[in-house]
Amino acid sequence: MLMKKNYRSERHVPAKDIEACGLFGVMNIRGQKFGALMAIEAIKNIKVRGNGLGGGFAVYGLYPDYKDYYALHIMFQNKDIKAKEKTEDFLGEHFEIIFDEEIPTNPQVSLFCPPLVRRYFVAPKKGEAEQAIPDDEYVTSRVMYINTNIEDAYVFSSGKDMGVFKGVGFPEEIAAYFMLDGLYEGYIWTVHSRFPTNTPGWWGGAHPFSILDWTVVHNGEISSYGTNRRFLEMYDYYCTLHTDTEVMAYAVDLLMRRQGLPIEIVAKIFAPSMWDIIEHLPEKEKKLYTTLRMVYAPLLMNGPFTVIVAHHHEMFGLTDRIRLRPITAGAKDDLVFLSSEEAAIRYVCPDLDLVWTPQGGEPVVVRLNSEDHLKSLNKSI
Amino acid sequence: MYSYLLPEFAIERNEERCIRCRVCERQCATDVHYYDAEPDKMFFHEEACVGCQRCAVFCPTNALFIRPHPAEYRPNSSWNREKLQDLKKQAETGGVILTGSGNDKPYRIYWDHLVLNASQVTNPSIDPLREPMELKTFLGRKPNTLEIEFNELNGSEVKIKSELYPNVSITTPIVFSAMSYGAISYQAYKSLAMAAKKFGTLFNTGEGGLPLNMRKEYGSSAIVQCASGRFGVDPEYLNAACAIEIKIGQGAKPGIGGHLPGEKVSENIAVTRMIPQGTDALSPAPQHDIYSIEDLSMLIYALKEATNYEKPVSVKIAAVHNVAAIASGIVRAGADIVAIDGLRGGTGAAPKAIRDNVGIPLELALAAVDKRLREEGIRNKCSILAAGGIRCSADVMKAIALGADAVYIGTAALVAMGCTLCQKCYTGKCTWGICTQDPYLSKRLNPEITSQRLANLLRGWSHEIKEMLGGMGINAIESLRGNREHLRGVELAEWELDVLGVKGAGE
Ligand code: SF4
Ligand code: SF4
Repeated sequence: MLMKKNYRSERHVPAKDIEACGLFGVMNIRGQKFGALMAIEAIKNIKVRGNGLGGGFAVYGLYPDYKDYYALHIMFQNKDIKAKEKTEDFLGEHFEIIFDEEIPTNPQVSLFCPPLVRRYFVAPKKGEAEQAIPDDEYVTSRVMYINTNIEDAYVFSSGKDMGVFKGVGFPEEIAAYFMLDGLYEGYIWTVHSRFPTNTPGWWGGAHPFSILDWTVVHNGEISSYGTNRRFLEMYDYYCTLHTDTEVMAYAVDLLMRRQGLPIEIVAKIFAPSMWDIIEHLPEKEKKLYTTLRMVYAPLLMNGPFTVIVAHHHEMFGLTDRIRLRPITAGAKDDLVFLSSEEAAIRYVCPDLDLVWTPQGGEPVVVRLNSEDHLKSLNKSI
Repeated sequence: MYSYLLPEFAIERNEERCIRCRVCERQCATDVHYYDAEPDKMFFHEEACVGCQRCAVFCPTNALFIRPHPAEYRPNSSWNREKLQDLKKQAETGGVILTGSGNDKPYRIYWDHLVLNASQVTNPSIDPLREPMELKTFLGRKPNTLEIEFNELNGSEVKIKSELYPNVSITTPIVFSAMSYGAISYQAYKSLAMAAKKFGTLFNTGEGGLPLNMRKEYGSSAIVQCASGRFGVDPEYLNAACAIEIKIGQGAKPGIGGHLPGEKVSENIAVTRMIPQGTDALSPAPQHDIYSIEDLSMLIYALKEATNYEKPVSVKIAAVHNVAAIASGIVRAGADIVAIDGLRGGTGAAPKAIRDNVGIPLELALAAVDKRLREEGIRNKCSILAAGGIRCSADVMKAIALGADAVYIGTAALVAMGCTLCQKCYTGKCTWGICTQDPYLSKRLNPEITSQRLANLLRGWSHEIKEMLGGMGINAIESLRGNREHLRGVELAEWELDVLGVKGAGE
């Protein structure tokens, strides 16, 4: 699916970026839409988690008028017009472009090297031989083509009725730049503030990381990165950004989107229970968890992490198996919150009905029109 | 014919300390020491000494000092002492020079040029005394993906639909390497079996069969070998085990077979190997029904048929030049485990010319095989067992980071039992009671005690592995597997780093 870069030896694969981050996500489980304010205020409250070198937002329910079309948010580094032309030629060849425009920005906000960012609403234009390819696969492979083959062009997001806004700066600066508060509404907002220890200062490197309508914001340092990356390569996922988040996103894509596993099971792959616990489970579960661990051992995400993944109708949070990076969940009426910090949640919603800290490896699953998130409450600390 | 050979070892006995207890005389298997009552003094024949150090260790007054013989020819880097001695030996015997244990030549030991990583600041290290550290490992083929059936409404009703392959679980990624009953004594063999069982890992029967009386108790800890001589192979033997290994080659002697002389084939060995007592047990160089990869595949499936597809089948090869392509063929032929035995793997007997010159180092072979299997997308179709020159827990860690699922240890286990690498295994006179069928010598090993020594070794290494894993911020061994990020090379050339797939330190 992705473009393979040919390295003479693994040794030449660039080293991974190390970063720490702050995360926040909020979803209205009845699907009511709301503005950016809560996400902006929450992430501002945990400023210490970022260092101004990356921030970004994912919004669901963003483009109701074009909800049947893939919304491509594409950035052109250095406002490179040649890259734009090349990309548009490519898009024209493979898609019907229904509508496109530059994403409006606030000229008053000055940020580091802003690229040109445009959005394209498209429908796949498949050739005779491609009819059998599912739309999602078709779009994914074209997106990956742009990312790996057209210099200076990079796709932020490519799902329907959703979008990612991100860049180099504190998240509130990114929000101000794209005028998120005021222009857009959604029923899920996730936001990420980045603290890279070595950064190329590149807008594409900010998070959320996205494939189709899946977005991942992640915090942590995965010590199993090498094992995870090499396993994913066998399924044609080639890491181009060399971050833990990318590995996490591809693993989510493989297990959840391509293989259709629910997060309840995927959580047992990313953050499995200890053998000591598995051994004492009832026979049926013991067999299931043993098999999952045995087969998907290379996808165990070892080391501290918190992740918030979203796609349409669902947002979930997960922390590592020994809870080195806790995640906090909160709920008030129809709103469910997830964050790396309880303070962020309390700041935007001081009168929470519920707040809880899930166990390591226990996902908090927030689903549209369901109370699934309360399941993790029983198992919380 | 008068021998022109210099003695290999010099013996010094401190006469003041010696109490003439004659322990050294009784301990020595080559009759070096002897007593003369007339002067009431101990004497020795230095030229018979193999440097096993048994006498020095057992001397109650520490009166003995055994050292490499100081006599030297005129220094010459090309025609060194070893070369000259070998030439003289051959001139005297006209034979092939035999030797035992592993290659002792100064080929680069890559383990000593690889360093491990640890966490600082950005992720916490984990304290193995406070947090669980998991070493449990599964050997066998894994499906590419799992097809899982689940109830959307009730996540707990989950069923696995994919077909699963047999896997063997071990509590630590260390398995005892193939050493046959015949090559080693019954006591040594049983010690390995007992230790493997006690610790929850496996031993390998080698090509000498599995004695009937051990099957019930130790079968479930045994990998049984099916080698070119097919000694001791029948359906009961195969079904008694938890895994089966087809031995194609051995790191110490790639491309050649084996020979157990008739004098070692005692009654019990004869029964176990299913050959007449006192006959030579000759293992041909190739398996004569395997002249191609398709033939190998037929044998793999014949063994699976014979065991109802309930046991993983391993194929063991020596690390040779195109090991990666061979390993890939083996996996495609249906093997569930590929065992790679490197240049420094041990042996009970091998021609010295072969032991010292044929094959490639395990580290490079392992990295190449892992890389190739990943490139072909078939890495999880098999487990990789790395063998040959694993000396300590850090070597195990490095092997796993280079892509091994687990390692085989042979020499290290022998040393734990008492072996001092005197390299005289082929003589059948192992003073430590390991590589011998002489009851006087073999009874020196008490399996109760020796198996405890072996279990202690596994325990010590496992603890050390947990410490190192915790330092990296990893709490399950599978997260180290193939994880080159945790390795860096020192003092290695570009090409070596490239083959290993490891960055240089500081890169
Ligand atoms: S074992 Fe030691 S004390 Fe006893 S006879 Fe030999 S050298 Fe002397
Ligand atoms: S097993 Fe015995 S004969 Fe072989 S090297 Fe070790 S001590 Fe020497």
